[in-house]
Amino acid sequence: MTGTAAPLFAGTSLNARDRKVEWLVRALLGLMTALLILPVVIIMALLVVEGGPVISWEFLTSPPVDGMTAGGILPALVGTVWLVVVALIASVPVGVAAAVYLSEYAPDNWLTRAINLAIINLAGVPSIVHALFGVGAFVLFFRFGTSILAASLTLAVMTLPVVIVSTRESLQAVPRAFREACWNMGATRWQTIRRIVLPNALSGILTGIILEVSRTSGETAPIMFTGAAFFLPFLPQGVLDQTMAMSLHLFVITTQVPDAPEALPFGVALVLISMVLAMNALSIAFRMYVRGRKKW
Amino acid sequence: MNPQALARSRDFDHRGRAWYVDRAVTVFVFIGGTSAILFIGGIFAFIAREGLGFVFSEFDAGEFFGSIAWRPTSALDATYGALALIVGTASITGLAMVVSIPFSLAAAVFIGEFARGRVRETLKVLVELLAAIPSVVWGFIGFSIMNSLIIDLFDVPIGLNVLNAGIILGLMAAPIMTTIAEDALKAVPDGYREAAEALGATRWQVIRKVVIPAAKNGLVAAVLLGVGRGFGETMVVLMASGHSINLPDSVFDSVRALTATIAAELGETAVGSDHFRALFTLGILLFMVTFAINLAADTIMRGIRRKGERGRP
Repeated sequence: MTGTAAPLFAGTSLNARDRKVEWLVRALLGLMTALLILPVVIIMALLVVEGGPVISWEFLTSPPVDGMTAGGILPALVGTVWLVVVALIASVPVGVAAAVYLSEYAPDNWLTRAINLAIINLAGVPSIVHALFGVGAFVLFFRFGTSILAASLTLAVMTLPVVIVSTRESLQAVPRAFREACWNMGATRWQTIRRIVLPNALSGILTGIILEVSRTSGETAPIMFTGAAFFLPFLPQGVLDQTMAMSLHLFVITTQVPDAPEALPFGVALVLISMVLAMNALSIAFRMYVRGRKKW
Repeated sequence: MNPQALARSRDFDHRGRAWYVDRAVTVFVFIGGTSAILFIGGIFAFIAREGLGFVFSEFDAGEFFGSIAWRPTSALDATYGALALIVGTASITGLAMVVSIPFSLAAAVFIGEFARGRVRETLKVLVELLAAIPSVVWGFIGFSIMNSLIIDLFDVPIGLNVLNAGIILGLMAAPIMTTIAEDALKAVPDGYREAAEALGATRWQVIRKVVIPAAKNGLVAAVLLGVGRGFGETMVVLMASGHSINLPDSVFDSVRALTATIAAELGETAVGSDHFRALFTLGILLFMVTFAINLAADTIMRGIRRKGERGRP
């Protein structure tokens, strides 16, 4: 603490001047908070106004044509779904296992600290470094080539911390008494986890997975060189194909296709941000619903 | 499940199916748990595998850190001076922090200490949604909206510059800083606040003289993580900074960042060439700096957890 000998608070602290300062500070901080959020509201409104007219059923269900200056975004949408699904298949089992270990097994020792530090760094390493890793490891070393598999595995490594952290939190929210009751019945550790801990934490785990879907579908840098293509007129047939992706498509038509109509990238951005924010809102709503229902 | 059967399977001399399953799961989750270490080690190993070859052959530290001539594609005399890229990254990140530190900390204090009930929940959700906006969308906003806005407002020839990328990056780094800073404020025990209030302090006096000093380390960690986020961001600096090699004189100059250089050039290099390996060397630099920032933030936060008596069981 401050450690000063002088009295911190004079007896006159509830006088009018202090209340005025308090009111001013409160207004200033509130204003700054609003200023932080306001640009985003304006940007969203702009995206809807500029990009809204572009979006139609046909836009969502047809491939781009005429050097990507017209047509729709179907291959990019389908490609993003491929990338997200394969990334989830790879990262959810590993992430949940890691969270179970950290929450139910890990002793408080150097190894656990090292794991936690590794998780923080996986989340903090720049996305372009993950891309370099994906190129070095999955594309070249494991010879997957530039493919959905390589891109999804890169995304899986990158978003692993999201699954681990949210799952660990929901596992730790299950009261210890639940576990003890089960152990006293003679159940093994795993029987307790499978019958008691995981079912009670399931909704929290799902929230984390939805959040990961949201993160994964918006990432661009990690997939640029590992599996996402600038333009492919057809849909991917398997995990060793390349694919278009929404995020890279937005980058490409914004910076590489100068004669694209001005509204087109706004439309793509609107679809992408709607996907991501809808997923995020779903996860937040789910979390609030679960929290409201909890019996302990 | 029948409890008697369960109890029998746990007899000390009877290693039934349940015992073996339990062992197998223990091994499986242990592997899962240590996978994070495996991956972070793998990331370093794979970028070092490509990058260190360059460091030990072509690399000249004086040129790398002292020259602005990044000319990897020159056939006769390829030079790899990363100074302009480092300065570019630093200038954008610096401006981003000037924008986002005051606003994030103000928002954290407002949300954590002043706002109550519904307002507070709404603000928290908004900040969370703000954090979810993909970086490529931010980059697009810089490229399409901020660009023309800056040209009109300041009457400059090009709007893709330090100012543009810095503001966008600041908005982008703000939510994560706000969230972590608010957590740090929340970690200050209520007893501290109550004690100060009992002495007659107003809410602002409590915050200024009790809560913020007590949460100081957490706030520093929040700022550090924000710096790390800005430093490593790729798409925004690629799209909004102008991407030209340049030591900036003012915020209206275009610059080029480390991350953006990798993103722009990796696709055009031959695998295994000097240029390819030089980009991995930039990757090593990025990895080490962010690792140091994260380590510092984590050490500071660990200090807080150890000091607080309310550690997890």
